[in-house]
Amino acid sequence: MPKDKSIKHVLIIGSGPIVIGQACEFDYAGSQAARSLREEGIIVTLINSNPATIMTDPVMADNVYLLPLEKKSIIQILKDHPDIDCVLPTMGGQTALNLAIDCHNAGVWDKFGVRMIGVDIDAIETAENREKFKALMEELGVSVCIGETATSFLQGKEIAQRIGFPLVIRPSYTLGGTGGGFVEKAEDFELALKSGLEASPTHEVLIEQSILGWKEYELEILRDTKGNMIVICSIENFDPMGVHTGDSITVAPAMTLPDTVYQRMRNLAIKMMAGIGNFAGGCNVQFSVSPDNETIIGIEINPRVSRSSALASKATGYPIAKVSAKLAIGYNLDELQNQITKTTSAFFEPAIDYVIVKIPRWNFDKFKGSDRRLGLSMKSVGEVMGIGRNFQEALQKACQSLEIKRNGLGADGKELKDQDKILYSLANPSWNRLFHIYDAFKLGISFRTIQDLTKIDKWFLKQIEELVHLDEEMAEYDLDTMPADLMKKAKEKGYADRQIAHLLGCLESEVFNKRREEMGIKRIYKLVDTCAAEFEAQTPYYYSSFGDENESIRTDKKKIIVLGSGPNRVGQGIEFDYSCVHGILAAKECGYETIMINCNPETVSTDFDIADKLYFEPVFWEHIYEIILHERPEGVIVQLGGQTALKLAEKLEKYGIKIIGTSFEALDLAEDRGRFSALLKENDIPYPEFGSIETTDEALEMCKTIGFPLLVRPSYVLGGQSMKIVINEKELEEHVVDVLKDIPGNKILLDHFLEGAIEAEADAICDGENVYIIGIMQHIEPAGIHSGDSYAVLPPYNLGDLVIRQIETYTKKIALALRTVGLINIQFAIKNDKVYIIEANPRASRTVPFICKAYQEPYVNYAVKVMLGENKVTDFNFNPVKKGYAIKVPVFSFHKFPNVNKELGPEMKSTGESIYFIDDIMDDYFLKIYSERNLYLSR
Amino acid sequence: MSYTALLILQDGTVFKGNAIGKIGTSGGEICFNTGMTGYQEIYTDPSYYGQIIVNTTPHIGNYGVIDEETESDAPKIAGIVINAFSEVHSRVDATASLQKYLEQHGVVGISGIDTRRLVRHIRSVGAMNAIISSEILDEAVLKEKLRDVPDMAGLELSSIVTTKQAYDVGDPNSDIKVACMDFGIKKNILRSLTERGVFCRVFPARTTFDEVKQWNPDAYFLSNGPGDPATMDYAIETTKQMLASDKPLFGICLGHQLLARANGIGTSKMHHGHRGLNHPVKNMLTGLGEITSQNHGFEVNREEVEKSDLVDLTHIHLNDGTVAGIRLKNGKAFSVQYHPESSPGPHDSRYLFDDFINLIKNKNL
Repeated sequence: MPKDKSIKHVLIIGSGPIVIGQACEFDYAGSQAARSLREEGIIVTLINSNPATIMTDPVMADNVYLLPLEKKSIIQILKDHPDIDCVLPTMGGQTALNLAIDCHNAGVWDKFGVRMIGVDIDAIETAENREKFKALMEELGVSVCIGETATSFLQGKEIAQRIGFPLVIRPSYTLGGTGGGFVEKAEDFELALKSGLEASPTHEVLIEQSILGWKEYELEILRDTKGNMIVICSIENFDPMGVHTGDSITVAPAMTLPDTVYQRMRNLAIKMMAGIGNFAGGCNVQFSVSPDNETIIGIEINPRVSRSSALASKATGYPIAKVSAKLAIGYNLDELQNQITKTTSAFFEPAIDYVIVKIPRWNFDKFKGSDRRLGLSMKSVGEVMGIGRNFQEALQKACQSLEIKRNGLGADGKELKDQDKILYSLANPSWNRLFHIYDAFKLGISFRTIQDLTKIDKWFLKQIEELVHLDEEMAEYDLDTMPADLMKKAKEKGYADRQIAHLLGCLESEVFNKRREEMGIKRIYKLVDTCAAEFEAQTPYYYSSFGDENESIRTDKKKIIVLGSGPNRVGQGIEFDYSCVHGILAAKECGYETIMINCNPETVSTDFDIADKLYFEPVFWEHIYEIILHERPEGVIVQLGGQTALKLAEKLEKYGIKIIGTSFEALDLAEDRGRFSALLKENDIPYPEFGSIETTDEALEMCKTIGFPLLVRPSYVLGGQSMKIVINEKELEEHVVDVLKDIPGNKILLDHFLEGAIEAEADAICDGENVYIIGIMQHIEPAGIHSGDSYAVLPPYNLGDLVIRQIETYTKKIALALRTVGLINIQFAIKNDKVYIIEANPRASRTVPFICKAYQEPYVNYAVKVMLGENKVTDFNFNPVKKGYAIKVPVFSFHKFPNVNKELGPEMKSTGESIYFIDDIMDDYFLKIYSERNLYLSR
Repeated sequence: MSYTALLILQDGTVFKGNAIGKIGTSGGEICFNTGMTGYQEIYTDPSYYGQIIVNTTPHIGNYGVIDEETESDAPKIAGIVINAFSEVHSRVDATASLQKYLEQHGVVGISGIDTRRLVRHIRSVGAMNAIISSEILDEAVLKEKLRDVPDMAGLELSSIVTTKQAYDVGDPNSDIKVACMDFGIKKNILRSLTERGVFCRVFPARTTFDEVKQWNPDAYFLSNGPGDPATMDYAIETTKQMLASDKPLFGICLGHQLLARANGIGTSKMHHGHRGLNHPVKNMLTGLGEITSQNHGFEVNREEVEKSDLVDLTHIHLNDGTVAGIRLKNGKAFSVQYHPESSPGPHDSRYLFDDFINLIKNKNL
């Protein structure tokens, strides 16, 4: 059936704040869907409470509602726009689906004459309800795990008795498997059952036979209303059954599946999708395969766009959400074009000629006391994807993308050598198991033991073992004796110059020069084209490798590179991707060819439709530098991609590459507490007493002059990592020792902590001569809680004129003194009406998107035009919509870590944020959070 | 950089890589397959006889080899070109590694090749001959040898790969007897027929219609196979006689091209063919799509099909609009350019075997 012409106005529901299990992949999906529908002349209205999303930008939809994802909000929207005829709830994860079902049950859609498209309520019900799912699978002849549903504690115990151990507990209707787990022994069962029942909103759990250690796969499928179905991507989990897919290292295409087994799986997936209902759109099906006899078991089916479909889109180049939206409005697959080749059909299955490896990014360090073992409940906060021409290259690139102070897998002198610890880690996977597999081989632990403990497929383990052997081979040489063949082999297997330098005992730059200049081993760029080069492709989506042919042809246009922010993590999330995307769009407006470098598959910035050229590469020096050498851009924008991009500024400066906007010197000055304080002093700006130390002795000496309480923090950190308030010498010494252990050789700053102070922050744009303050926010919590974890109110709700004037004056003075060109964020503490400077960051901050949304102005766009020298601040006609107050609400994922208390301090812990508008400060919501402002303060 | 094998194309392009499989020299027409699974089935498919296969999927060999997953008694290809070759495999039931298997069957290969560059080259320049060697590393000598490799257009190869003697497959007591002409038949075609209760007798390619007729089959099947259909007058003659007999007939791939030629429709060599497991086809009768397994370098002329008084166009390839299936206007015979038996590839088109059985059962359809 062609497009349904009766559809004129569609409501898209977003996924709300970022939490573990639901991240910016839905911003990517929602943005794609909105664009896809508008291409068809359909009016799009969008609701999402997350201000840091691209999808909520005025450029994305006709009407944007930044409202809580509640029935009330939906009703308000439908009243405002009675012409809305359809709702598309499949683009906003579980949150959007739940809201849509809620509205459906309450008769909201019926009342307003709105039709749900792209989804079938019964299908969701079947997919979500384990009992129904299993009954249907049995009817379809799909094998499933033996198991039963329990709605009470007693019933659960009876079922366990029947099934026997080991078994699995899966609570119904929870996000990312919250509350579920494996139970090996009878004595652990009662506790696990209790928490499972509690986690389920319907007080219902499924108790199942355990298939721990089986191979795990996912297929991403698309279907149209006519019943045409295609598999977009097969994904194989490196980590076998037992670790949540969101926490598993995954690989595409499937590496160890013969065609016979794969086709059986494909047939089952099609049968399952056809069996659960009649809807058009994307669907994810998960399977488990016995490594012994290739029995296939259906695990689950998700009839919506998911985290995996975002990954599959980036892995193959096939834009699943975009096509899903088209299918939802009636198109058939054979009526659509392949978005990459633009000449062939969208009805086909992508063939890929490279390997992708996704590795999740965890942040256990932010959740002290959390259970770090991986299991059925997802714990990672972000992910990276590496693309290579072979598994090893993709794996190394993914490791280089993680930003966990490693240079790849192994060869950095950081391996664990404690056999017991390694053995424990192999059997009890946590964030570092991959690294420990490498360490185990290196230590000489047998292949069989490693396989027995990890249950990881032999083929994958062999790949890692090979790398260990290659390390040993390289370690026999030094820079002068290293043979070209071996160098080439190492580079083809993804080794970073830094890793090779470690093995050869020389400098990274020496390896770089030797291989590039002497040996001619240079990166070339290949295209992601959905078709393994069978057809010519139009889309500029590249990855690097070391083959013979370069496909990324340099143009003569003037170009700008924007460095992305890498994997999402606590302290650096979607807000920075928002700024990067706007940076790209603004540079395009100024006539530049735009080049994006990023490695986070969840993001909008890695959508190949955004920049003129996308390099899906680690935001890691070597990769960036080779792209720069190839593209020769006018300059690089580092101030939009958070700390990830910013910390590369020094190297760029050293290599003579132009940094667009604020200079490296100014960036460095702001970070160097000593020089920065001197600058404040010169300008008559107050700051808390401070000192900088490198040893505990210095610390104990210094604290006498500054006085307790002290805020202790290392320089150059993200989201307040390792920041702590200490009140006596004992605590000080302990914390300094901890920090030096974590980050050896780092300078540590001691600030006098202004107890009971009020915190505020300001964001501004500066062109070097003029400063425009885009917003001032007052925090609700007192000083001591990281700004990212505070409720921030825009504009301030009870600061006096005098205070505001000080903030304004200081902001302008600092911006100018730092010779800022672009954005700057300054944090203040206010005590007794006196304003002190806590820190200044001359870069896009976490709050910029929030202010853009609240005031409805494109500040990042303006800032980038200023950075590029296209405009002065005075060129813009600022006209913010100021009505009432906007509150930035921090959102936490503590439910994922049941043993961790929600205790807030100077180290950031929130994973996301939402925006909430109020008319005045007598608002009930405001009064409530205001009255609770001291509740979670750790000190 | 050092290398242990060479690949040279007819246009003089040279690739250097590592020797895999048997140490030796082998020439043929170079073509690429974009399938991400099923290497063993591809290598043993007789339609690839005389061709050097480039696998575009990055890793080959990961799951070893297994006897059950072959499409004929041994590999039929002239050589393989691979990006990353895996000597280790992880499948529990595998009987050997791919390296052992290739050695055992004398297949010469080269790995460590930028296969993407090679595919882009073939895509733009077109199909051509090539030679691989892991024993002669002298480019000039190899180029000389490459000249001896015959051109695929105008080549008749079915006579080489076909069975020497007729043989039976399936249940002899079945009430459906199908005479299968073996031009290079894949095992899974026979499996697909016998699974549906058919008793098959497989005849050598050059068996005359009179001989086949004596077996008194209920229907005829024309198999896939290698080579240029334009050279196969003997088979076209047999096909014409089969059609005249008024019994149902089904053709796959080369069999499809023969059915077309038997109805006066021409075939021609394609620029670089269709080889992969992801080819979109639309069934014009039902309007439904199917993802198909394809392997052909010749095509049936679409214009002539559309003008024909004898046949209808039933299936089209969605990427380039080429003919993917035809049916006689009298409904008695039909054929597809792709492989409904797949192996490797998606099973979307297996319904065609059911259609064939139904046609046999309801002779008046």
